[in-house]
Formats: sequence, C-alpha cells, structure tokens
Amino acid sequence: MYSEANEKKIDELLTHYPVKRSAVLPALFVAQEEHGYVTDEDVEYLAQRLDMRVNEVEEVVTFYSMYSRRPVGRYKLQVCRTLSCMLNGAQQITEHLCKRLNVDVGATTQDGKFTIQEVECLGYCDLAPVLQVNFDYHEQVTPDRVDEIVGNLA
Amino acid sequence: MTRVLTTRFDLKGQACDLDVYLGSGGYQALEKTLKEFTPERVIDEVKKSVLRGRGGAGFPTGLKWSFVPKESKRPKYVVCNADESEPGTGKDRDLMRYDPHLLLEGMAITAYALNGAPNNYIYIRGEYWYIKEILERAIAQANERGYLGKNILGSGFECNIYVHPGAGAYICGEETALLESLEGKRGHPRLKPPFPAVVGLYGGPTVVNNVETLMAVPWIILNGGEAYKALGTEKSGGTKLFTVSGNVARPGNYEVPMGYPMSKLIFEDCGGIPEGRKLKAVIPGGSSVPIITADEADRCNLDYESVAAIGSMLGSGGVIVLDERADIFESTRNLTHFYHHESCGWCTPCREGTRWLENVFDRMHRYEGKPGDIELLYDLADKILGKSFCPLGDAAAMPVQSAIDKFRPDFERRIKHNLVQIQAAD
Repeated sequence: MYSEANEKKIDELLTHYPVKRSAVLPALFVAQEEHGYVTDEDVEYLAQRLDMRVNEVEEVVTFYSMYSRRPVGRYKLQVCRTLSCMLNGAQQITEHLCKRLNVDVGATTQDGKFTIQEVECLGYCDLAPVLQVNFDYHEQVTPDRVDEIVGNLA
Repeated sequence: MTRVLTTRFDLKGQACDLDVYLGSGGYQALEKTLKEFTPERVIDEVKKSVLRGRGGAGFPTGLKWSFVPKESKRPKYVVCNADESEPGTGKDRDLMRYDPHLLLEGMAITAYALNGAPNNYIYIRGEYWYIKEILERAIAQANERGYLGKNILGSGFECNIYVHPGAGAYICGEETALLESLEGKRGHPRLKPPFPAVVGLYGGPTVVNNVETLMAVPWIILNGGEAYKALGTEKSGGTKLFTVSGNVARPGNYEVPMGYPMSKLIFEDCGGIPEGRKLKAVIPGGSSVPIITADEADRCNLDYESVAAIGSMLGSGGVIVLDERADIFESTRNLTHFYHHESCGWCTPCREGTRWLENVFDRMHRYEGKPGDIELLYDLADKILGKSFCPLGDAAAMPVQSAIDKFRPDFERRIKHNLVQIQAAD
C-alpha cells in the first residue's frame, strides 16, 4: 500500500506497543504523508493492519484535528488564533494571507498549493504570533515575513 | 539564583548530543540512583522535595508515585505528558528541545522508583514533530551507549522509552484521556477512580507526569530533597519555569524560585509593558485559571498557595499579560471559542455548555447582547462548573465568571440596550 520506507515505519511502530491498535495515531500520519490526507483506502488498510474495525479507525481520524479526510493544499498555512497570538496580531496575519492568496480561511487555492487554517494554541505563546506551515514553525511573524515565507514556497 | 531546569538552555540545543550532556553532569543522577538508592529512597527524596506536578494540577509527585503498588501482575508504566496545549504555555517545548536527555534521565529514575517499568512513553503533541525527532535521536544515542535499554550501566535495570505523537486534541493533556489516546482511541477521559496509579495504561499501574516535573527529579537525586525544597517555599518546593506572553517587552520562558514576586517577573525580567502602557490584567497559570486584576498581580507571589489566596491558580505557569488596551470581553470570548472547539463531546454540561457560552459571546460581540445576557453567561458557566466529567468544563467556566466579576464594564458595553443609552448620552 505504501512506499517501502513507510511500510517499514509502520512495522517499526508496531514494536513499540503491546497492542497493535496503539500505533493508529502515528500510522495515520504515515498515511497522510503518502496521500496528503486520509483516504477511504487508508482507513480500510490501517484497520486491517492494526486489527481494528473500520469504524474504530474512522472515529479516531475524525476526533483529532491534525487529520483530514478531504484533500488539502500541499502547504497547510496554520495561523494560531488563541489568546497570546490574538494579542499580538494573529487576525492581521490571517487577513493578510487570505488577501494575498485570494482564498478564505479553510479553503484551498485553485492550484491546490495552499490551504489557510485558523488553529488553536500551538504552544508558541511567548513567540507570538506563530504560523505553522505543515510541521515547520515560523515565530513572531509579520505580514512582510509571511510574504517572504509564502513567496519561498511558490 | 539556582537553576534546576534551564542549566543547559545557554547551549542552545547542543546538549541534545549525549557527549555534551555527559560533559555537563548528565546521567550522574541515574548512575547514583542505580548504585546507591533503593526505589523507596527515591520516592522519599521526592516527597521531601515537595515537588508538585508542573502540568497544572499541582499534585505532590512523591505521593503520586507512592500510590503505585510495588508488585503488579501487569507491567507498570511511566508516561510523560508532553502534550503541552494549555494556552499561554510553551515551557515544555524549550525544556525538551534544549535538554532532551534530562527528560530521559528523569523518566529512567522514575521507572526505577516504581520498582521497575520496562516500557515507557512520552506522549508529545503532534505539532511538536521536530521535538519528537530530537527526542528520538536522543533515545537512540542513550540506548546505544547503555544509558537506556535492557541493561542500564550494567546494573540489570531495564528502561525503554518510546515517543508517541498526539494529533491535535487539547483534551489529551488530561491524564486519562491521554492514556486512551495512547491506546489508539479517541481522547475521552476515563472515570476516576480507579486512578492511573492503580489501573492505567493497558490496565497496568501507571504514573503520568508532566515534562517539567520529571526533569526536576535528577537534581533532587544529586542534591537531596531538602535542598530542592529550600529553593522555594515551605509548601511549594523548588523552582518553576514560567512562560510569559501577551503584552510584555520580553516574552519568554523564565525559571524562578517558587514564591518569586509576579510583578518582578513581569516588570523586571520581562521588561514590563511596551510603550509605557499600564497593566490591566493577568491570567497567571494558563488560560484555564481565573483572571486577576493589576492590583492583585502586584501583591501576588508565584507559588501555589499565594496564587490560590487571591482566588486564582498557579496552573501550568503560563502567565498571560494584558495591558490597558485589552478588552477582557474579547479575550474571554477568544478562550471560550477555544474550549468549545476542544470539548471532547463526552459529557453534556461541557459539550452543550461551551457551545451556548460561545453563542452568547458571539451575539454580544456584535453588540447585540440582550439585557440579562451577562447573567446568562454567569449562569451557564455555573451549570458547567463542577458538573462536567473532567476538569475541561471547569477550565471553560472559571475564566468566564472571573472576567465578569472583575471586568464587568467590558461586558456591559456589549449589551445593545446599554449601547443605545451610552450613545444617547453622547
């Protein structure tokens, strides 16, 4: 189902726990790495691989905010909206991104490149406002800095 | 000032390398433990230190460990709570990225104190992926050199550590929800009792401790519980790492002794509020605790008892500073949105209560509040407080009530009827 390296990752994960099901959270990240989001096939495949029922995998996918069941942009631009970031201009960052990419919060640009998301506290309160692009943190961002970051990805 | 947790912060991450860690006194506490200490003595020292849980609840650590039965048919576990998701808090992030081996050492000593826990987990929030990788590299190095693994330093003691990623759920910082998540399920809290110390991960006795708590343990072993306690106050031993954020000149993580004056932290260490503006309010312990006024902050010391005495909580040590421009209605609305988003949906008071709180906040935000809406917010919060399945409900309710109690004018302006009167008077 997955690349050899990613299948090995799942094999390795299974050695960490006394029950297979425990590997479902990290394994779903592997699935997302492969397909960009969690597909129906991923859910069925992981259920089989981890001795779970399909609905048990599905309920995990839908519970946690870092998984997506629908295609998203190659780059997820996640702006923290919680208090410390709000006090330091997070709203301005989001508005700037929406204007620059001509797309609303939650939507993906037509070329499938960017999805803008407002997310809850990312643990960078002292370095607010923070933007996370996929897994990369960008701290104390300004509209100018955001232009640079997005420009480098274009 | 004695530093316990941040001694290697100046190395800016070089201590991630085992040799640098060893060169600065690393793994000496583990070696000393294995050579000189019985498990009981480790627990005794930690009890004497008055170390309390640094994740937010402040439960005495030594006492928590002593609840774990010595003998157990099922394996015992040490689980590190690195899910750091409390708004205002970013301390565990720096602790782990600058000094990962100190966490591994603290966990190994804890596993020893439980009379053996061969397989242990660090549950880290998924967003901290790069820190997960730092930890995994540190674990691989420690395994290779015999500081972790099957036969640590030739003693026969076994301790393996695995890093497990969360996937974006605040609730998983609650220890039983964390265990559910680690077992591959939705993060719904479990009914307590039984407490995890008796029935925890995979049904085995389990200690769940915050990153910062575990990282204080090596110092306690090397210097003694009494010495650690003496750094702080009588009932709140040692030092603590505070994340200061919001409207301050120099936000960041600061390690200070327990009992340190809050005003000193904000106005001296953090350089006060930019452009000479005035302090309006402080949320002293992460977003879940009651907000306090500038006057209260001025006379408050940073230890569990002092913050409790002014009606709030030390919590996780996330100090959010709000200056005179801040609208406490809007800051509370922001947090209410957070709790509604993060409510796990398991129990009705929290799931429905947070939704209704947000609905009322939203119409007041549009200046469409109805007469009685402030009382309605208060009453809704009251119907969650103490009535939800886990503390997330309380965490949503307390900020609302305290904000209304202390900053009522910020709420009054949002009632349509009042606004019309204010405009008429103008």
